Amino acid sequence: MGLPEIFFYYFAIMAVVTAGFAVTRPNPVYSVLFLVACFFHVAGLFVLLGAEFLAALQILVQAGALMVLYLFVVFLFNLSEAKTARIVHRQAGFAGIVSLILVALMVIFSVQGVFRGPFRELVRPQTTDNVSYVAGALFTDFLLPFELASLVLLVVLFGAIVLGKREEGE
Amino acid sequence: MLNILIPDFRVIAPELLLTATAMIIILWEMINRTRSHAVSANLALVGSVAALAATVASWNLNVSTFGDSLVLDPYASFFKVIFLAGLILSVSLSMKYIQESGVRYHAEYYALMVLATVGMMIMAMGRELITIFIGLELLSMPLYILAGFFRKEIRSNEAGFKYFVLGSFATGIMLFGMSYIYGVSGSTHLQVIARTLYRHPSAYADKALLLGLLLVIVGFGFKISVVPFHQWTPDVYEGAPTPVTAFMSAGPKAAGLAALIRILVEGLPRMAQEWELIVAILSVLTMTVGNLTALRQTNIKRMLAYSSIAHVGYILIAVVASVGGRADLGFSAVMFYLLSYTFMNIGAFGIIVFMKREGIANENLDDFTGLSWRSPGAAIAMLVFLFSLAGIPPTAGFAAKLSVFFAAIQGEYYWLAIIGILNSAVAAYYYLRIVVLMYMKEPEKELGKATSSPLLWTGISLALVGTLYFGILPGGFLEKARIAVSILLKV
Repeated sequence: MGLPEIFFYYFAIMAVVTAGFAVTRPNPVYSVLFLVACFFHVAGLFVLLGAEFLAALQILVQAGALMVLYLFVVFLFNLSEAKTARIVHRQAGFAGIVSLILVALMVIFSVQGVFRGPFRELVRPQTTDNVSYVAGALFTDFLLPFELASLVLLVVLFGAIVLGKREEGE
Repeated sequence: MLNILIPDFRVIAPELLLTATAMIIILWEMINRTRSHAVSANLALVGSVAALAATVASWNLNVSTFGDSLVLDPYASFFKVIFLAGLILSVSLSMKYIQESGVRYHAEYYALMVLATVGMMIMAMGRELITIFIGLELLSMPLYILAGFFRKEIRSNEAGFKYFVLGSFATGIMLFGMSYIYGVSGSTHLQVIARTLYRHPSAYADKALLLGLLLVIVGFGFKISVVPFHQWTPDVYEGAPTPVTAFMSAGPKAAGLAALIRILVEGLPRMAQEWELIVAILSVLTMTVGNLTALRQTNIKRMLAYSSIAHVGYILIAVVASVGGRADLGFSAVMFYLLSYTFMNIGAFGIIVFMKREGIANENLDDFTGLSWRSPGAAIAMLVFLFSLAGIPPTAGFAAKLSVFFAAIQGEYYWLAIIGILNSAVAAYYYLRIVVLMYMKEPEKELGKATSSPLLWTGISLALVGTLYFGILPGGFLEKARIAVSILLKV
C-alpha cells in the first residue's frame, strides 16, 4: 500500500466516522463541529484526486462560511431542551434494519460492478490548471445550470422573507 | 482556448418570458406598494399566456442548445403546454383564496408559482443530468415555501416542513443515483451516456449502473408520489393552501415523469428489461394502496391526495406498456393522461376553493351534501370533474384511461390492464359517493355566503371545457403526443 492509498483510507474512513458523529451527537454545537471535520476530510479526498481548487472551495465555503452560519443559527435558538431530548425515534430499529440492508446492497453492487464501465479511460488528462478547467466547464457546458442556480437562490430568498419576516404586531 | 457558442435563445423564450414575469410581479409590488392582489395575479396570467403562445409557436422546432444540455422538441413542448395550463388554472383559483386569507406576500406567492413552472419546463427540456437536477430544485423550492405559505396555520407549517425535509432527502437519493450513472459512463449528458454505453456493452452488466438507475427511480418516485414513497402526500395536500395543492397535484408530477422518461429513453435506452418489472410492481402498489386508502377518507383534500396517488399508478401502467413493442403508444398515453389529469383535478380543487366561505374551509365530504340545491352550477361542474376522475365517458378521464389500457393491451401486459380496470371500479365508488351526497340528499347545515369571483369561475370553466373537450375529441392531442414521442424515440 503506497502513501496515496494510506491517505485515501484515512480521509475516507474519517469522513464517514465524523459524519456519523455529526448525526448522533445530541448537542447541536458538537454536531456542527463534527460536520466541519467531515468537510475537511472530504476536501482531503479532493486534493488526492488532483482537484486542489475544489478542495480550497470546500474549506472556504462549506467548512468556513456555511458552518459559521449554522453555528450562529444554533446559538440563536435556545437549545437547552434539545440537548436533553431523546433523539432516538421509536421507529429507529426498523429504520436501522432497512438502512443496513440498503448499505449492504450498495456495497455488494459496487464491489460486483467494480465500475467495469469505461470510467477509467474517460478521465481526461488535465491539460490546464484547476481553475481554468472549472471555469471552462462552468461557462461552456454547464452555463445553463450555473445561471439557473441563481434563480434557485432567488426563490430561497423569497422563502426567507415569506416565512421568516416579522410582521407588525408579532 | 474556450470555445463559447452563442446559445439559441428561441429554445428558452417561454422560460425567459416567465422569469421576466416573476421579476416584474415582485418589482411592481415593491415600487407601487399597491397591496393589490389583482395586479399580481393578472401579471402572472398575462405572462403565462404569453409563454403558452411562445411554446405553441415553436412547436415544430427540434433543436438543442447550451452545449446540448437543453433540447426543445415536440415532446418538451407538449409537457410545457401541460405545465402552463396548470399554472394558468391554479393562478385563476388563487386570487380569491389568497386575498381572503389576508396574507401580505401575494406578489411573492405568484412569483414563486411562476418560477416553479420555469423549473418544470427546464426538467422537461433537460438533456443533461445536472440541468435536470437544477430544474427539479427550481421546482421543489417554491413548492416547499408555498406549502407552508400560511405560516400562522399549524397545518400549513406542518405541510411545508414535512415536504421540505422528505423532499430534500429524496433529492439527495436521486443525486446519489445520478453520481453512479456518471461514475459508470463518465458523462452527465444523456446522449453521451447512451453512446458510451453503446460502445462498451459490458458496462450494462455493471451493477453500479443498475443501482444508479434504481436510486434515480426512487428519487423521482418520491416527487410523483409513488407508493411506497408517498407518505408525505396526504399531509402536504391537506395542509397546503388549496390552490397550491391544485398546482402541485398536476404540473410537478408531469415534470417528474417527463424527466424520468427522457432519462430512460435517451440516456439508458437498453435498460428497459431492468426497470420493467420494478415499475410494474410500483404501479400495482401505487394504484391499489391509493384507491383503498382513499375509500376511508372524510376530508376531500386527503381523498383527492390518495386519488392522485392512484392516478400516478395508472400512468405507470402506460410507462411499463411502452416496453412491449409499441413505445409510442405507451408514452403518448402518459402524456395525454397527464394533460387530462391537469384539467380535471385542478377543476375539482377549484370547487373546493369555491366551498370556502367566510374563512371556513368546508373541506369535509359532508359539506358537499345537497350542493345541487344550494349552488347548481358548482354541483354540475363538480359532477363532470368527478366523472372524469372516475373515468366515465364522455370525459377526459375516460379517454385517458382508455389510452392507457389500450397501450397495456397492445404491449401484452394483460394482467396490468386487468388490475388497472379493477382499481378504476373501486375508485368509482368514492368519487360517486360525493355525487350522491350532492344530488340525492337535502342540505343539512347552512354554509356561509359565497363571495363571487369572476376569475375563479373563469378558471373552473376553462377546466370544465378542457375536461369535456379531451373527453369528446381526444384524437387531436393523442396524435400530437404520439408524433412527439416518435420524434423522441428516433434520437
